[in-house]
Amino acid sequence: MIVTERPPDHPTPGAPPEPPPGDGLARFLENVRALPGAIRHTALRTGGLPTTDRTRSNYVFGNVFLHLHAVRTHRWSLRWSTTMGLGIAAIGAFLITLITGVLLMFYYKPYPDVAYLSMKDIHFVVPTGRYIRNIHRWAGNVMVVAVLLHMARAFYTASYRAPREFNWLIGMGLLVVTLGLSFTGYLLPWDQLAFWAITIGANIAQSPREITDALGITETFDPGGFQRLLLLGSDQVGDEALIRFYLLHVMILPLALLALVSVHFWRIRKDGGLAKPADVDARLGPPREPIQPVFTEAPTKTYNLAAVVRGRTSAVGQAPENTVPSMPHLFYAEVAVFMLTIALCLGLALVWDAPLKELANPAVPENPAKAPWYFLGLQELVAYSAFMGGIGIPTIVLIGLGLIPYLDRETDGTGVWFGGPGGSRLVAQAVVVGFGAALAVEVVAINFGWIREWYQDVPQLVITFVNPGTVLTAIYAVYSLWLIRRHNSTRAGALGLFTCFLCGFILLTIVGTHFRGPNWDFYWSPSQWPGGH
Amino acid sequence: MTTTPRPSRLDPEPMPRRDFLGLASIWAAAAAGLFAIVGMARLPKAAVLASPSRKFRVTLPASLAEGEPFIPPGRSVALFKDAGGVYAISTLCTHLGCIVKPAGGGFDCPCHGSRFAADGTVVKGPAPTALAWHRVTVSGDTCVVDEDSVVPAGTRVSA
Repeated sequence: MIVTERPPDHPTPGAPPEPPPGDGLARFLENVRALPGAIRHTALRTGGLPTTDRTRSNYVFGNVFLHLHAVRTHRWSLRWSTTMGLGIAAIGAFLITLITGVLLMFYYKPYPDVAYLSMKDIHFVVPTGRYIRNIHRWAGNVMVVAVLLHMARAFYTASYRAPREFNWLIGMGLLVVTLGLSFTGYLLPWDQLAFWAITIGANIAQSPREITDALGITETFDPGGFQRLLLLGSDQVGDEALIRFYLLHVMILPLALLALVSVHFWRIRKDGGLAKPADVDARLGPPREPIQPVFTEAPTKTYNLAAVVRGRTSAVGQAPENTVPSMPHLFYAEVAVFMLTIALCLGLALVWDAPLKELANPAVPENPAKAPWYFLGLQELVAYSAFMGGIGIPTIVLIGLGLIPYLDRETDGTGVWFGGPGGSRLVAQAVVVGFGAALAVEVVAINFGWIREWYQDVPQLVITFVNPGTVLTAIYAVYSLWLIRRHNSTRAGALGLFTCFLCGFILLTIVGTHFRGPNWDFYWSPSQWPGGH
Repeated sequence: MTTTPRPSRLDPEPMPRRDFLGLASIWAAAAAGLFAIVGMARLPKAAVLASPSRKFRVTLPASLAEGEPFIPPGRSVALFKDAGGVYAISTLCTHLGCIVKPAGGGFDCPCHGSRFAADGTVVKGPAPTALAWHRVTVSGDTCVVDEDSVVPAGTRVSA
């Protein structure tokens, strides 16, 4: 197909077309005939798929949705092992939840009991309702997984380093908002699962009382009670709580996420695209096809702008070698990841229904009452101390992760998987330590109980600060400090710490998901659960 | 008597008038913004809690044995009767608010495995404090229990 840049009847852009010969009616009919092309041209300005590097550039910055990208993309960024498309998968899953979520809002009513009935309607009566809800549910899960893996990718390739430190923090904010979206959504069906998850969640928010009670200052200083009150809007889980979680789920958190995502994407551009190793050109080798020069004449305006911008951008001091036009190379890759994400969510939604238990019953707790799977690791910690497991340790982990880019000021290994001193051998060792320590602590706690069972009268503060969760955190911290000393590198310590936390999270999640039964007792299999479960 | 020399027009002022006005307007705007934010943040903290009273009247079954729990339907409180009188122990777990079940002369929490003794003290698990005891008033065989009140453990009331 021959693609012209603009319709032939537009000699100069912006100028009115030459009037065709003939009378007014003929000109009118001619304009009517040209309508589809004229509208398409005014909308897209580029006319069809671009064929030259110049029109490819135009294609990118002439489009509000695409101009977020650079017109040229480095070949390193396009290797699938660089990103594995995880960030795109996360935003893709978010867009799916956005669309399906808006569809669900047509029928969902955020009021206790009525909410449950509307969920039943969506499940059994609304055309395609069950499938849309399943997709929403699965896309939410896919998003959580993608965000976690994306974070692990950014960490293991040391992509958080200067100048990307702040974008790492934005990413942490996105992780928190993603988990918040998922948790608030968990409560909306108002079934047993939802009610007891909201109850436990609200009481975790209240758990600073574990400390203030032990110190005897709850009367005067009660941040826990305040948090719970703010979350529930009442002293009980009821209509006020449901409308608050609904508001968070459909308005506050999505807006926060969109704002953070905008900054996140913008910073990627401003920080010079994706992190690349210093010797990236040597690693890539010569391009398979010769790279066309981008500019056929000396750059003027763009160059001048770039020259006054401080710091490192994608263009300063770098030739276009080893870059390829974003259209089609980058966009086709992104579309492929999008399509895979959609296919994954649709497929999962076809096979597994989103759960809906019986109507919420404030008198009978679920036994066991389990949070969504990605919180079961935390629930395992909460089962040792509400404050430490629910607030203390997550805060320590978040602060620790957030500080990593500001403490690791090294350059060795940027952009390379498991880059840095120690490398993949260190990570393998940290996997053993991470799983081993978590397993050891769990085995002790499950077999022998904890301090309260050994000494009845031990003060609560001792248990708050010395429980399996804090012991595990301390082991990880000590191991990480030892790594810093041994390898004489902060990056080595960070690699160890991140790997340990990841392994601990995985192990605790598995234990919480598969090996905990009624009364949160340990069982090898659900078939051993007592009673009629 | 000394006279201070009149400052020259060319001497720098301690703070230029325009800077002062500029700073003053910035701080005024900041204060107004802060005030507005405090006002907006005040809204979500409910001043009136629209929850029903948790004080209720109940008649203990005549057949209630000593130390046997009686849980009025829909309430999260267990009533007991012994030689000392009637007493009420909350069945809300002090860990994360699940409903504990009387079992084996104590209470078990289904959510995270806390176990409480018959008087509500923690025996095992993550619960930070003992189960609360509620105020009971007795007249004849009718009791009024206030789930919002807390009394010292061991408080028994006889008619």
